[in-house]
Amino acid sequence: MASPPLDLARPGPRRPARRRRSLVGWRFVSPFMALFALVFLAPIGYSIYLSLYKTKLIGGTQFVGLQNYSDAFGDSQFWTSFARVALFLVVQVPIMLGLALLLALAIDSGRLYGAAFFRISVFLPYAVPAVVATLMWSFMYGTQFGLVRDIDKHFGVTLPDPLSPHLILASIGNIVTWEWVGYNMLILYSALRVVNPSLYEAAAIEGAGQFRLIWSIKLPALRPALVIATIFSIIGSFQLFNEPSILKHLAPNAITTFYTPNYYAYSLSFEGQQFNYSATVAIVMGVATMIVAYAVQLRGMRKAV
Amino acid sequence: MRRGRPRNSTPPLRAKARRAPHLRRKSLTLTVLCAVMVVYTLLPLAWLAINATKSQQNLFDSFGLWFKGFGFFSNIGDTFSYQHDIFGRWLLNTLMYVVVGAGGATLLATLAGYGLAKFDFAGKKAVFAVVIGAVAVPATALAVPTFLMFSKMGLTDTPWAIIIPSLISPFGLYLMWTFSSEAVPAEIMESARMDGAGEFRTFFSVSLPLLAPGIVTVLLFNVVTTWNNYFLPLIMLKNQNWYPLTLGLSTWNDQAHTAGGEVVFNLVITGSLITIIPLIAAFLLLQRYWQSGLSAGSVKG
Repeated sequence: MASPPLDLARPGPRRPARRRRSLVGWRFVSPFMALFALVFLAPIGYSIYLSLYKTKLIGGTQFVGLQNYSDAFGDSQFWTSFARVALFLVVQVPIMLGLALLLALAIDSGRLYGAAFFRISVFLPYAVPAVVATLMWSFMYGTQFGLVRDIDKHFGVTLPDPLSPHLILASIGNIVTWEWVGYNMLILYSALRVVNPSLYEAAAIEGAGQFRLIWSIKLPALRPALVIATIFSIIGSFQLFNEPSILKHLAPNAITTFYTPNYYAYSLSFEGQQFNYSATVAIVMGVATMIVAYAVQLRGMRKAV
Repeated sequence: MRRGRPRNSTPPLRAKARRAPHLRRKSLTLTVLCAVMVVYTLLPLAWLAINATKSQQNLFDSFGLWFKGFGFFSNIGDTFSYQHDIFGRWLLNTLMYVVVGAGGATLLATLAGYGLAKFDFAGKKAVFAVVIGAVAVPATALAVPTFLMFSKMGLTDTPWAIIIPSLISPFGLYLMWTFSSEAVPAEIMESARMDGAGEFRTFFSVSLPLLAPGIVTVLLFNVVTTWNNYFLPLIMLKNQNWYPLTLGLSTWNDQAHTAGGEVVFNLVITGSLITIIPLIAAFLLLQRYWQSGLSAGSVKG
């Protein structure tokens, strides 16, 4: 039997090779699933359990039902941190993905000198740990020996301080953009590479220009990859922790213990010993992340039809 | 044994072969615009490399994007000898977490992804739904309950607290699942079976070579995740002797901001440079493999 040609432009798993060996598959999957149960399912179950209890000064740990959840919904610190990451999501993610999209299209167009160099240079920050990226940028932002100081000194100006309370979120946005723009570019570029070339030939014969090509062929082909990149960016924004946690020492007035929901959950646990409430915050954020990610996925897929 | 298609012929389309002629004209404007982006991404790395050559004093009284003195080798020596050579220990810890954690994660994801793609079995849909759901649950959300669980099991403050969670990569499984379904034709598996090979023999001798680009891609992503891990060690480890590089560097940096702490910015900068070089080298050296693995596997909606 000849194998059917792979239709790479329209992805999707092919039918499994065999339908009868019903236990062989488990032998491949079970090592993963056993550990998965230990490091994913058990903690999720445990945090749901924790979120239903409260440790009180008198009376010890008691079952309180959904009280932690109602506390969270009335907790202004939680909502402040939630609003902050929502703002971050709405501003930073479109900028980052927009840049990634432009770059991927530029590199794929074949009209760049040294395209391979661009591709790899823009991707390199992905290999830099968030800790190191934040340290680097914080030094550059800094007024002690940073670039901001250098520019101020050499040009006799006073730039706004990137670590001041009203600029710090933008400064974090810049770090996150720097870290992830190349990664997203590469995901999008990879999606462009598997576009069926005959589509371009057909378009060329019909005299389509570059922009028509992008609008009618490339962007539709990019939709699934864009949806995935958006979902990962939403998860990243809602889970923001590393950058603010490293910058905290430099900007103690700007970064509070409830700067992001994840930071809040961390502070509650490790500075406040409020493990039950911390678990509740983590669950609420997990559910919120899944709802937003799911909504994006539905919307992205509906447009595709 | 290896018959059927030659390896590499399956998914990756070679980019050059498909360019329509009218697309080949180079544009200087577009190149310059993209160069701006490259300056943005490379500038901090250049800053880091330049400042790794400066002494603590020269950091403060020289222009950030130019050299002053050349203390690179003495910085490296100081980085490794500071606090009783602990940096070398952190480097070895990081390597151990990466080899065991990322290596194990890649092995498990490859086996499971292949199992999901190539076999039908009871409960497969449930497995898939649970794992894909988990992709949306970020590891950081689980960190606090994992910490509490591990602390009851006596695993906190041991390397296991870092290694065990690193062994599971739902995204890696997803990549290997999509990659396996494209890269291993059923006919090849069938002919191996007819030669009398068992399923694991077929997997190792026939399928594994076909999966190589996907495995390299997943391995690199897992290596980066493990090498860069910060949150998990931060909450799991108290004993500095088990720290990875990321946590160690941030501890050194924090010293400058605590009362009575020694300021060692030059060591933080040099240590940061040492931390990123192995990963950048790995990406550059393995470029050909992971890029083809990525285009074949990662972009399926």
